[in-house]
Amino acid sequence: MTTTMQWLFVAALAGLPLVMHDQYFFHVLIMMGIFTIGAMSLNLLLGYTGQLSLGHVAFFGIGAYTSALVSLGFDIQITETYTFVLAPKPAWFSLICSVTLAGLCGWFIGKLSFRVRGAYFVIVTISFAEVVRLVALNWVDLTEGPMALNNIPPLATALPGFDSGPLQRKIVNYYIVLGVAVFSFLVIKRIIQSRLGRAMVALRENEALAKSVGIDVTRYLVLAAIASAAIAGAAGGLYAHYVRIVDPDVFLFIYTVTMVIMVVSGGKGTLAGPVVGGVIFGLLPEFLRGHTVPEVQWMIYGALMILIVYFLPQGIVPAVNKWWTAYRSKRDQVVATNVSLGRNPQEQEG
Amino acid sequence: MNTHSMAGSPVLAVNNLAVHFGGLVAISDASFAVDEGEIVSLIGPNGAGKTTAFNVISGFLRATQGEIVYRGQRLNGLRPHEIAEAGLVRTFQKTSIFGNNTVFENVLIGLHRVSAASTWETLLALPKVRRRERQLRDEVREILDFVGLGHRGEELAGSLAYGEQRLLEIAVALAAKPSLLLLDEPACGMNPTEALSFRKLLSSISERRITILLVEHNMRMVMGVSDRVVVLNHGKIIANGPPAEIQKNPEVVRAYLGHGAQKHA
Repeated sequence: MTTTMQWLFVAALAGLPLVMHDQYFFHVLIMMGIFTIGAMSLNLLLGYTGQLSLGHVAFFGIGAYTSALVSLGFDIQITETYTFVLAPKPAWFSLICSVTLAGLCGWFIGKLSFRVRGAYFVIVTISFAEVVRLVALNWVDLTEGPMALNNIPPLATALPGFDSGPLQRKIVNYYIVLGVAVFSFLVIKRIIQSRLGRAMVALRENEALAKSVGIDVTRYLVLAAIASAAIAGAAGGLYAHYVRIVDPDVFLFIYTVTMVIMVVSGGKGTLAGPVVGGVIFGLLPEFLRGHTVPEVQWMIYGALMILIVYFLPQGIVPAVNKWWTAYRSKRDQVVATNVSLGRNPQEQEG
Repeated sequence: MNTHSMAGSPVLAVNNLAVHFGGLVAISDASFAVDEGEIVSLIGPNGAGKTTAFNVISGFLRATQGEIVYRGQRLNGLRPHEIAEAGLVRTFQKTSIFGNNTVFENVLIGLHRVSAASTWETLLALPKVRRRERQLRDEVREILDFVGLGHRGEELAGSLAYGEQRLLEIAVALAAKPSLLLLDEPACGMNPTEALSFRKLLSSISERRITILLVEHNMRMVMGVSDRVVVLNHGKIIANGPPAEIQKNPEVVRAYLGHGAQKHA
């Protein structure tokens, strides 16, 4: 049932350009999609291994800067006499670079901090994001600092024949983001439903027991960090090629918070959770913008978040699953008395 | 069950083991061995150092002195998962399961070690990996039937009755395909009926050519199932022999009942 629903959802999104012809509408969906990819990547760490990365935007920003720099070309003076020069590369290539470099940073952070977990990991990730932001701000020769990197080549030009108008470009960008989102979802799903995901859940649930049956806890945490960072890097790369301007503000803490909110409200540790959260908190600000002043917008935003966390502490997706299971078992009991209840729906209360 | 003679070298040898916590001596100069196919019980009054010994053998604690040799391989300094990888699997004194997962998933996680496939093979979901996943599901059912939880697969582990949770722990440990199983008070908290069927389970585990080292307080069970009993007191081994001999050993009686008991014994 769920797999069918997932594909129906994707099909509906893919069909949208047939009925909608509003540029702004697609802009909102593209930004929503990019942050949903970020939220999905965060969920791999926060939801499945239980490690809160509060500097997740670092990987997003590293992806954005890598994509920008590789596609624009750059030079770094390494010694007095030697300068490393990189000629501008195609956008698709720079996107791959952004995934790779972000993944490497994930590996580094994972190796560095997973020996001390929990609160220490949170601190390391926050610091990491801040350090990267300061580098982006101050290494003016490379990153232009607060002047930002401009005129980043768009990914959309890579597809010939579509470059006819702003709406068409939006739609091509939309499909690219949708494609990357679906691909990321499938990668995460594959990880979660394999022995890799089982090992991650095991170390989240009971680390001592996980070790005692031969699970190398550090290895799977690092693996999750690599995958998570690489996907966040992809989201950052998409952002750079879409917005076409990158400044140190991509490292702002608020973006990490947005991703955390998406994951927690949608349901951490569920595949659909970050998607549901991403859709809600990606569309909500745009929806509210038409109706109220920004201050009221943010208050509604905050209030809704508190309500969700208060009434659905597990998030929206687990709550809906619970209702669905309860509804189905009630219905089945009428048909046959001998039903297996499956997961006890009362168990996750509170 | 007596297979002493067929074993050339022991499965597990603990040589001159000492564990200190700061100034506190938890274990001092303890040596004992477990032979292939044996059920050996490690007993002693509370605080004697039994669980500490388990923690050191399974890599959760470091030995201050001495060495632990498993099938000729020195275990000192190895991490817990590496020791499990070698085939030495333990359970915990306090019930330790994956409470938010189903019983089935618990055992599936336990099969991690035997599900071996490289990360890339798994990510690409090669046919080989998918076939293996199906086999694993059969193995889970087989293990659950073996411990008597076959009908509980879909329940949340945390919602099982206490005695069943303890059986699930054994199932998870068995899933890791141990050749030496360390059980830390597995029957603690079981009612007499459960304890009796647990004894039978121990024997059938032993019949699967799994060597067992047991820490247990239930003396009836210890004396009933063990080939040999090792007695720890204040971190020292005070006796080591067949159950009948241990029951008559005056030092053991003194350790359990205190000095005054000797006069009346």
